[in-house]
Amino acid sequence: MKGGDDAKVLAGGQSLIPLLKLRLASPTRLVDINGIPGLEYIRESGGYLRMGALTRMADLEASDLIMKRYPIIHDASVEIADPTVRNLGTVGGNISHGDPANDLPAIMLALEAEFVAEGGSGSRTMKAEGFFVDTFTTALNHNEILTEIRVPMASPRSGGSYLKLEKRIGDFAIAGSAVQLSLNSRGECERLGVGLTAVGPTAIKAKKAEEALKGKKLTDEGAIRRVGELAAEAASPTTDLRGPADYKKEMVKVLTIRSLKRAYQRAQRGGM
Amino acid sequence: MGHGVKRKEDPRFIQGKGNYVDDVKLPGMLFLDFVRSPYAHARIKSINADKAKALPGVVAVLTGKDLVPLGLDWIPTLSSDKMMVLPTEKVVFQMQEVVGIVAEDRYTAADAVSLVEVEYEPLPAVTNPMKALEPGAPIVRPDKGTNHVFHWEVGDKAATEKLFSGADVVVKQELYYPRIHVSYMETAGCVADFDQVRGHLTLWMTTQAPHAVRTVAALVTKIPENNIRIISPDIGGGFGGKVYVYPGYIVAAVASIVTGHPVKWINDRSDDQPSTAFGRDWHMTAELAAKKDGTMLGVRIKTVSDHGAFFGDANPSKFPAGLFSICTGSYDLKGGFAEVDGAYTNKPLGGITYRCSFRVTEAVYAIERMVDVLAYKIGMDPTDLRMKNFIPSNKFPYKSIFGWTYDSGNYTAALKKAMDKIGYWDLRKEQAEKRKKGELMGIGVSSFTEIVGAGPSAQFDILGIKMFDSAEIRIHPTGKAIARFGTKSQGQGHETTYAQIIAEELGLPIEDITVEEGDTDTAPYGLGTYASRSTPTAGAAAAMASRKIRDKARKLAAHLLEAREEDLVWERGKFYVKGSPERAKTIQDIAFAAYTNHPPGVEAGLEAVDYYDPPNMTFPFGSYICVVDIDRGTGQPKVRRFVAVDDCGNIINPLIVEGQIHGALAMGFGTSFLEEIKYDEDGNVFGANFMDYLIPTAVETPKWETEKTTTPSPHHPFGAKGVGESATVGSPAAFVNAVVDALSQGGIPHIDMPLSPWKIWNALKEKGLAMEA
Repeated sequence: MKGGDDAKVLAGGQSLIPLLKLRLASPTRLVDINGIPGLEYIRESGGYLRMGALTRMADLEASDLIMKRYPIIHDASVEIADPTVRNLGTVGGNISHGDPANDLPAIMLALEAEFVAEGGSGSRTMKAEGFFVDTFTTALNHNEILTEIRVPMASPRSGGSYLKLEKRIGDFAIAGSAVQLSLNSRGECERLGVGLTAVGPTAIKAKKAEEALKGKKLTDEGAIRRVGELAAEAASPTTDLRGPADYKKEMVKVLTIRSLKRAYQRAQRGGM
Repeated sequence: MGHGVKRKEDPRFIQGKGNYVDDVKLPGMLFLDFVRSPYAHARIKSINADKAKALPGVVAVLTGKDLVPLGLDWIPTLSSDKMMVLPTEKVVFQMQEVVGIVAEDRYTAADAVSLVEVEYEPLPAVTNPMKALEPGAPIVRPDKGTNHVFHWEVGDKAATEKLFSGADVVVKQELYYPRIHVSYMETAGCVADFDQVRGHLTLWMTTQAPHAVRTVAALVTKIPENNIRIISPDIGGGFGGKVYVYPGYIVAAVASIVTGHPVKWINDRSDDQPSTAFGRDWHMTAELAAKKDGTMLGVRIKTVSDHGAFFGDANPSKFPAGLFSICTGSYDLKGGFAEVDGAYTNKPLGGITYRCSFRVTEAVYAIERMVDVLAYKIGMDPTDLRMKNFIPSNKFPYKSIFGWTYDSGNYTAALKKAMDKIGYWDLRKEQAEKRKKGELMGIGVSSFTEIVGAGPSAQFDILGIKMFDSAEIRIHPTGKAIARFGTKSQGQGHETTYAQIIAEELGLPIEDITVEEGDTDTAPYGLGTYASRSTPTAGAAAAMASRKIRDKARKLAAHLLEAREEDLVWERGKFYVKGSPERAKTIQDIAFAAYTNHPPGVEAGLEAVDYYDPPNMTFPFGSYICVVDIDRGTGQPKVRRFVAVDDCGNIINPLIVEGQIHGALAMGFGTSFLEEIKYDEDGNVFGANFMDYLIPTAVETPKWETEKTTTPSPHHPFGAKGVGESATVGSPAAFVNAVVDALSQGGIPHIDMPLSPWKIWNALKEKGLAMEA
């Protein structure tokens, strides 16, 4: 990108503009990508749910497809910040800003999403796992922009849920837990994805928690609690105005257990 | 009167046609911004502004040293203290203004701010008022030599001691009322325009008290008072925070004098929140003594109050702790003692601001929390305990043990109405059933008594100026009117309320009456709008001035009707001759005659001024009941219902009153659950902008269920009382009582505001009541 490290991409502007306003960032160039056609879509094709990077959060909220087949995303779409932010904020921006307090990164980790980036040296696809490098730092190069977010298509016996705890609507989360569950034909856990919001320098994929339930029935309260405990262990929150670290860890447990139970109910109903 | 007419001012606000300070644009206007201190307490070793001065577009740089020759490096506060405008030696709170930059546009000014190099030598800071009063604490104000601002007490200490030692039950609880900020929609700002030819200063500013500012400005700057014009245009919320004079106003005025240009200063939110006046920061130890049967005997409260680096409470002179002496509340007590020690700390000035109410908020919170603490101690229902101890309605006017004469009240009726509305006893049954199932539900009550309408001149003044307020009404020949006041609306709807009072008194249509406030060149002198004082003072003045006009109108009508004055009967809008209603003259006829056909011996014109000195304060009251459910997994509280029964005497405009109650309840809700400005030990401020300082939105704000009772004030001209702050004063205790009530099964005695989920969860966890999911 012309301007190199000193240029910033402007999409919905819901994170960048506050940084500019507070003079925490002062890039010499802003590259407005809102004029790029064909980057606003939500559709299923080729085994994936595909979302264009410029898709507005409000579009997620209004999408029947998301509501019926990807409730984990729908859960977040009605709770991201507030309606005015959702009208402008984009899916790609929410993910590529690299803010651990944003909601979509944890959800993408739980969903094992893939991100397509385009840049001077062509196009490449990255897994959500490993994409979030550090706070405000992702695997995107400065000469790349995110163009598409892909999520493996929902299988019939799967369900997801996203729960977050916040002091007030529009505030950064105290903690959040994204859970995506697939059941086998015997009703046992086939695959579990767990992503955590606002409890570390990046969104966190709670891998031990994900493994703990494999092959187990969802009626096993002990196993469910174990998932919650392992998710809490994966969290490394800090004490701040949104609560003490130990409280946030406990809330990861509570939210993960609740999210898992809701994901199970939805999986039993065929994802809804 | 009594009609919910739509607000006259709303069309311009709704259509974005209001005129706020930032809308003032003058030719050649420059912009002021400030370099602010990163330290809470530090000596300034050097200031180097060369790079800032070299930036194209920068016109002037002002430091404390530049203000010294003008005698403006320090200015008096409203509480017989003084405050720094710009520092010459040291800074005393984080985000304090250090250097003023004047530039051709506000962006250049902001750019230049970052180019100023200030060398600081950090000093130990003190941000806890209790620690500030300990020996050896860092001294915030070397000019004072101590961090102790004042000691204030009321009541008979020895007699109270005796009362407590002889009581069956004494309950004691520490209560902290957190530091909060007003968070008005419009931040502080001004445009200063000094006319060098006339030696005349015009200052458009966000002030709630324009006349007081003019007088203080004249005394401080030595500019003659007739050469100072303060204009307070539309104001986006005040809540006490715009009573103060901030360094920005002074530096903008000096900058205009120095540069010969008008200078605008508008605080950024991130600059405003941590540097302008705060509210509360009040640390109480409260005790209540009672008999076994629940008869309350006395109250004792010891308080340490944090005043920041400058004692700047906008207080009546005789009450350094404001009206905290209303802490006996709605109860008939035998005795009591209250004392307050003020402390200087490394924080910005203030204390009383924020729905200010002169510390009534803290007083009401203390007594209403303590009544609940007592109720749990003796196992009595909190409503039964209140009913048992209320001042009976037949004892009004009631003399409180701390010397106030409550004008009127019927507390039982208000609480009963609230209980009926919410279905109190059914809720208690539901609560008992929920408890069996392990669910946490709480019911909180607050039966508050407010004290507003400062105030009677024998008791109330600010810097010696008595706290009357004024109205001036002029009737034009065509029967239309202009009315001007010494108060200043910041959203309270004065243009409508005052017009309704005059309409009621003179029989003019409301739309024929123009109401103006806020321009010291045109408005009669008054002390401004805060502490719910406008209706009790200026509203009363409107009625009294109208009655003076009516007296003159009677003379004119007698002349027109060729009748004797005593034979005339006033009926809304006209005089007629007793026994002959067809022989009548309308107020419009009379107004025309005042300019065209006035009788010999009577002056032309139809106008009057009234400076109203209220004979007493007014004492609005109410009972609030809150129902809250608590998530045992997360500690998150959710307000399910909130019933507010208010009594503010006779109501001028029920729509405006209800709006004020809704707004103030939302503020009480924010205070109770969300808001706090915190400091660490080094004096770093947390909660300095709306990302970190959370005020409630429409989403989480509960649905308010409002009701009223009407107990007129016996001494106010039309029986009204103030209402603006009732709900901010009364509601926090209801919220906190509800949450503590929900937790009471676990023996949790108290949780301080703000009631964040983790505080509640920690309390639950300690008692083994937290759930894992």
